[in-house]
Amino acid sequence: MRSSLLLSTLAGCCAAALSLSAQAFCGFYVGKADTTLFNEASQVIVARDGERTVISMQNDYRGDLREFALVVPVPTVLRKGQVNIGDKRIFDRLDAYSAPRLTEYNDENPCDRRRYERDKRSDMVPAPMAAAPAARASRSLGVTIEASYSVGEYDIVILSAKESDGLETWLTQNGYRLPRGAARALAPYIRQNMKFFVAKVNLREQAATGVQTLRPLQFAFESEKFMLPLRLGMINARGPQDLIVYMLTRHGRVETTNYRTVKLPADMDLPTYIRSDFGGFYKAMFKNQAQKDGNRAVYTEYFWDMSWCDPCAANPLSPEELRQAGVFWQGGQDSSNNSFAPPQRSVPMPPQGSQAMLTRLHVRYTPDTFPEDLAFQETADRTNFQARYVLRNPWNGSVNDCPEAQGYFQQLHVRQEKEARQLATLTGWELGSIRNRMDLRGGNFTPSGGSDGGGNGWWPWRQN
Amino acid sequence: MHTFSADPGTPSSVQSGLGRRLAARIAKFDARLFQIAFLATLLSIGVLLRDFSLRPEQMALTFAAGLATQWLWVRHLRLKNVGLLSAAITCFGLSILLRADTLWVHPLIAALAISAKFLIRVGGKHVYNPANLGVILAITLLPGAWISPGQWGNDLAYALWFVALGGLVVQRARRMDISWMFLACFLGLCIARFAWLGVPFARGLTLLTHQTQSGALLLFAFFMISDPMTIPNRAGARLFYAAAVALAAFLWQFYLYRPNGLIWALFLLAPMVPLLDRLLPGARHQWQPAAGLPAAGQKGDAVAPAS
Repeated sequence: MRSSLLLSTLAGCCAAALSLSAQAFCGFYVGKADTTLFNEASQVIVARDGERTVISMQNDYRGDLREFALVVPVPTVLRKGQVNIGDKRIFDRLDAYSAPRLTEYNDENPCDRRRYERDKRSDMVPAPMAAAPAARASRSLGVTIEASYSVGEYDIVILSAKESDGLETWLTQNGYRLPRGAARALAPYIRQNMKFFVAKVNLREQAATGVQTLRPLQFAFESEKFMLPLRLGMINARGPQDLIVYMLTRHGRVETTNYRTVKLPADMDLPTYIRSDFGGFYKAMFKNQAQKDGNRAVYTEYFWDMSWCDPCAANPLSPEELRQAGVFWQGGQDSSNNSFAPPQRSVPMPPQGSQAMLTRLHVRYTPDTFPEDLAFQETADRTNFQARYVLRNPWNGSVNDCPEAQGYFQQLHVRQEKEARQLATLTGWELGSIRNRMDLRGGNFTPSGGSDGGGNGWWPWRQN
Repeated sequence: MHTFSADPGTPSSVQSGLGRRLAARIAKFDARLFQIAFLATLLSIGVLLRDFSLRPEQMALTFAAGLATQWLWVRHLRLKNVGLLSAAITCFGLSILLRADTLWVHPLIAALAISAKFLIRVGGKHVYNPANLGVILAITLLPGAWISPGQWGNDLAYALWFVALGGLVVQRARRMDISWMFLACFLGLCIARFAWLGVPFARGLTLLTHQTQSGALLLFAFFMISDPMTIPNRAGARLFYAAAVALAAFLWQFYLYRPNGLIWALFLLAPMVPLLDRLLPGARHQWQPAAGLPAAGQKGDAVAPAS
C-alpha cells in the first residue's frame, strides 16, 4: 500500500478606576460567518499554559483513507498517553462561539422625544471595545523509531532522524509518497532536534468508529517553543491558504511575535441588506484586508474570556468541552485558582474569575509572505475584542408623523451614506452598486422600510 | 567622524550665503530635537497606519508623568543645562513600545524610568536606557502590560524609512558605529543559523530579508541601543558591547525561544557599560558641544572621561 503523504498544514510542534473596561451593550445577535466560508481553511486548537501545550488538529481530508498520512514535527517524543483522539464537535463549538457576528438594532420612534434624546446620547457612547518497518533498516538511514502505537483509528510512529535524506528514504520505503521538496523542508526541523509524528489510518479501526470523516488528533507535550510549523504545509500549496487557530490560554490575548497581528476592522454600522448575505460580506471584507496587507498579517477575529460572550453567537463551552479542547489547567492539579464556575446558563454574564481566554487568529498565507513558521506569545492584554458588525433598521414611520421625524430622516440619510461608504472601503465593492442595493430612493428622506434587509499525566484526557 | 560645527555632507559650491547660514543653524540644533521629530513621526505612523493599540490618554499621561518627573528631579538636584528633551525621548520610546490595558501603567512606568536615570548612576552616567528599563519593569512587575515585537510588520518601505530616519538621527549623535555593529552581528548570527539549519540559499535569502525588514529590529538598532548616554565611551568598547548584545539577543530568541530578545539583552548587559568604561576609558558624549571645543567623540574617543 502506498500512501500519499499529506504534510500537515498546521501542526504542532512546535484594575482599577482607570481601567479601560469593556462596555456591555444590548443588541440582537442575528448571524455569523463561520469557517465553512473558507474552503481551504485548516483549523487547529492550541491550549497552552506555561510550557505545557495541547494541540488539536482537525483534518478535512476527503480522499481515500488508505491514501491518508500525516507528518507533524513535534518538539519531544510523544508517548502513547500523550496522544488522544479529539472530538470534531469541539472545533464546531469553538468556531460557532467565536465566529464574526452581526447584530441588529431597530431605530426608535423619533416622535418619542424623550426616548429619542436618550438614544442620541447612547449613540455618543463609543462602540464597545469590549472592548489545533524494520528497526535495522531504519538505523542505517539514520532514522530511529522512538515509539510506535495505535490510538483510535490511527497507527502512529514517532521518528527521529539524523539527515533529511534518510528520513525521506525511510518514508518512501515505508509506502509514503512524498511531495517534491519534502526533504529540504524537513531538514531544518531535524537540525533543531525535533521529532516527527507520523500517523496513518488503520482501516479496520476506522470502520469500527462508524464515522465517515477522520477524527481530530490531539497531542500534549512540554516545550518552551510556542509556535506552529506552518512551512511544511506549503510544499505543495497552490495559492493562498487559510488557517484558523483557536488559542486557549489562561491569562491574556495571544499574538504572533514574528508577524504583525492585526485586529480586523469591526464594530461598525453596515447597510441592512447585508443581513441576507453576511457570509459573502465577511469573505469579501477579509479578502480585501488580506490583500491590502499583502497577505503578510495575522488577524485577530475574536478575543474573549471563555465563560461569557456579548452578544453570543453560541453559548460558551462548558468546563467539560473546554477540557476536551485541551484546557488541562482548569480545576485540576495545576490550577492555583479553582473558582471556575460552570458557564452553562441562558444569559452568560461576565465571570468572577474564569481560567480560559480564547484568541481566534485567522492567517491567509503564501510561501513568499510567510517565510518563517509562526511564533507566538501570550500577552497580558485582557481587552475583549470581537469581529462584530451592526445593522440599524430605520424607523418605519413617515416624515409627517411629527416635527422630529424631519430631523430623524435627515440624520438617517447621512447615516446610510456613511454605511455605504464604510461597506465600500471594507470590501472594495463599488459604491454605486451598494447604494442601489440599499434602496435609498434618490437620497430623499423617505425611510427605506424597517424590514429591509508525556510523562506526568497533566494532559486533560485519561491515560490509556 | 562628523562634527556638529559643520555639515560635511554639503558640497562646497553650495556652501555660500543662505546654504552656509542654514548649515550653521542646523549644526547648532541639539541632536535630540531630530530624534524627537523622528520618534514623533514613527509614533504617528504606528498609531495611524499600524493599528497600535495605544490610546491617546495613555500617551498624554506618559508625557505628563515623564516630563513632570524630569522637572522635579532637575529642580530637586538643582541641575543646570538639563532640560526636558531626553525625558521627551523616553516618553516617545515608551509610547512606541509599551502596551497596557489600563491607564495607570504608562505614567507610572514613565515616572520610574526617568527617576532611575537620576538614581542608578555609575561614573556620572546613568546605567539603563530609560525606555528599555521602563519596558522591562512594566512587563515583569505590572499586570496588564506587554510589548508587541511584531507590531511593525515587515513591509519593505517601512524598513527603508526606519534606516533612513534612524541613520540620520544616529549620525547626528555620531555614535552610529554601535548600530551598524549590532545589525552586522545579529544578522550574521541569523545567516549562520540558516546555514546550520540547512536552509537552501534562495529561502535563506528570503528569511534574511524577512529579518532585515523587521521594524522592531531596526527601531532597536537605531533608536535604543544607540543612546549615546548608555553605551561605552570608547569606540572599541562600543563595538564589543554591540556584539555582546547581539549575541545575547540571538540566544534569547533562538536558543531559549523567548520573545523580546532585543529588549532583554540590552537590559541584562547594560551593567557591562560602567565596567567597560573603567577598563577602556573614552570621552563622554555631550549632547550640545561647548563652543570652540571639538564635539565629544570626535578624535576624542581615547581621551580621559570628562569629570
